[in-house]
Amino acid sequence: MKSSVIGQLKRDRVFLLLLAPVLVYYVLFKYVPMFGIVISFMDYNLFKGIAASPWVGLKYYKQFFENPDALVIVKNTALLGFYKLLFGFPAPILLAVMLNELRDRMFKRFVQSVSYLPYFLSTVVVSSMLVMLLSPTTGWLNRLFQQMGFPAVNFLQESEWFRTIYVASEIWQQAGWNSIIFLAAMTTIDPQLYEAARMDGASRFKQIRHVTLPGISTAVVIMFILQVGHVLEIGFEKVFLLANAATYDTSDIISTYVYRVGILQGSYSYGTAIDLFMAVIGFALVYASNKISRKFGETSLW
Amino acid sequence: MNNRTGLFDVVNILLLGLFACMMLFPFVHMAAVSISSADSVVENRVGLWPDGFRLDAYAAVFQDNRILVGYRNTLMYVVLGTTLSLLFTTIGAYSLSRRNLVFGKAFMLMIVFTMLFSGGLIPTYLTVRSYHLLDTIWAMVLPGLVSSWYLIIMRTFFQGLPRELEESGKIDGLSDLGILLRIVLPLSKPVIMTISLFYAVQIWGNFFYALIFIRKADLFPLQVMIRNIVMMGQTSDMTTSSAVGDKKVVLESLKYAVILVGTLPIMLVYPFIQKHFVKGAMMGSVKG
Repeated sequence: MKSSVIGQLKRDRVFLLLLAPVLVYYVLFKYVPMFGIVISFMDYNLFKGIAASPWVGLKYYKQFFENPDALVIVKNTALLGFYKLLFGFPAPILLAVMLNELRDRMFKRFVQSVSYLPYFLSTVVVSSMLVMLLSPTTGWLNRLFQQMGFPAVNFLQESEWFRTIYVASEIWQQAGWNSIIFLAAMTTIDPQLYEAARMDGASRFKQIRHVTLPGISTAVVIMFILQVGHVLEIGFEKVFLLANAATYDTSDIISTYVYRVGILQGSYSYGTAIDLFMAVIGFALVYASNKISRKFGETSLW
Repeated sequence: MNNRTGLFDVVNILLLGLFACMMLFPFVHMAAVSISSADSVVENRVGLWPDGFRLDAYAAVFQDNRILVGYRNTLMYVVLGTTLSLLFTTIGAYSLSRRNLVFGKAFMLMIVFTMLFSGGLIPTYLTVRSYHLLDTIWAMVLPGLVSSWYLIIMRTFFQGLPRELEESGKIDGLSDLGILLRIVLPLSKPVIMTISLFYAVQIWGNFFYALIFIRKADLFPLQVMIRNIVMMGQTSDMTTSSAVGDKKVVLESLKYAVILVGTLPIMLVYPFIQKHFVKGAMMGSVKG
């Protein structure tokens, strides 16, 4: 029996009615801004609006490519993402492997609970903590340095420290939480494999190497590909809160730059052009990584 | 079976113990400094254990109107935002979980696309501005009303419910809406609990929306207040407030007290709700 679209609409009317407000939300707050992208091809003026602002073609894209800042902020964004991936990706795997080796259930649960906690702190709180603990005069770390006879370091004012601080604090906040998925993958490993390995006289390291790690390899590969896809998506809040003019040569990333020139200085068209340029690259990365991860497992974003 | 505790176990336990200490250290240190006496803080004597016991810093914090206003605003945003977000996410997920929903594929594509691509900061700002939402409560609630990610998690959960339930509801004469309210929702308590907690934590910590959408100080959420006090050093009226009188409150103790007061709610409820969060992480990974 072939039902017509009208028949289907009638059949599903309650569902469509429930869905309608959600779709309205998506249109108003997701799709309307998407069409706002056109202002990157205009000399947008807040008072004239989109209709009356003149078209200028690729003027603002050219301006961005010719701006020496462009290379710096693209490089900073990519490097921050790269280092976060390089150090932040293995951390939860290592943690999960170590937790998996624990035999004391109580202690395991304690370490797990404690390790998830920082994930739920707000970025403002974490950044505030960093500012205080890293303060050159009153911060705990610098006091330790001084007691050991080293000079104090003004961590947040020196650009060579920014990436280290950012990546380390991200690991502190997320390693525990991200280990959950790997621990879950480990529970699916057949205990008989460990038993067989022990029979063969495999050491604990060998058991990890030949049973645990192969057992979670699919999860590792999928997570890695997905994270590569999101490598350019660096949270705005933490970078914005920890960066300052003294460290801009390493700490200024695309989103903070767009915020400054766009919202603070009012160069709406220019800011939008930069954002769009990066969004297109980001889209390609995420799309590709999802396609590839799909090949490795049946799981993917959709 | 080899069950004795060897060198491997000892080292492993030590390392993980050290790791746990690293996670907890900042909190213990902040708490110690915030309740230590002014002199010992100035002389840098406080490490993990308080030196002297003074609650002056907390007295100063609770005298500061900004903290109270921030708390009030944040609670308002969390309650309003979580309620609305949960409502919209649930009805969206339920509709989209229906098999063969007319145009269902197109609607899903429309939602998933927004996870990959967005208009970006400035068009979003200008859009919210054009709706006259700047400097209103709604600017903190509406732009992030539905998280596509949570919507998909919930939809997956609904799809996993046995089909027979729906059919038995139909036989009992329930309408489509009745099935949602009487059968689906009661069975979905865990997923609803988890997702509302995620929304609540997200709204609680949201600084970004406040930064771009809110200029009026009496609408600032707690996060903005914490930033202003701790990171921008707007503390002058706190250290000189009459409540503290001539007692000396060290800036450092004061700032740590502000941070801890801002973290307290999550720290207090965390042990009880932790398992819901973990469940959420698993739900996310089913499809992630």
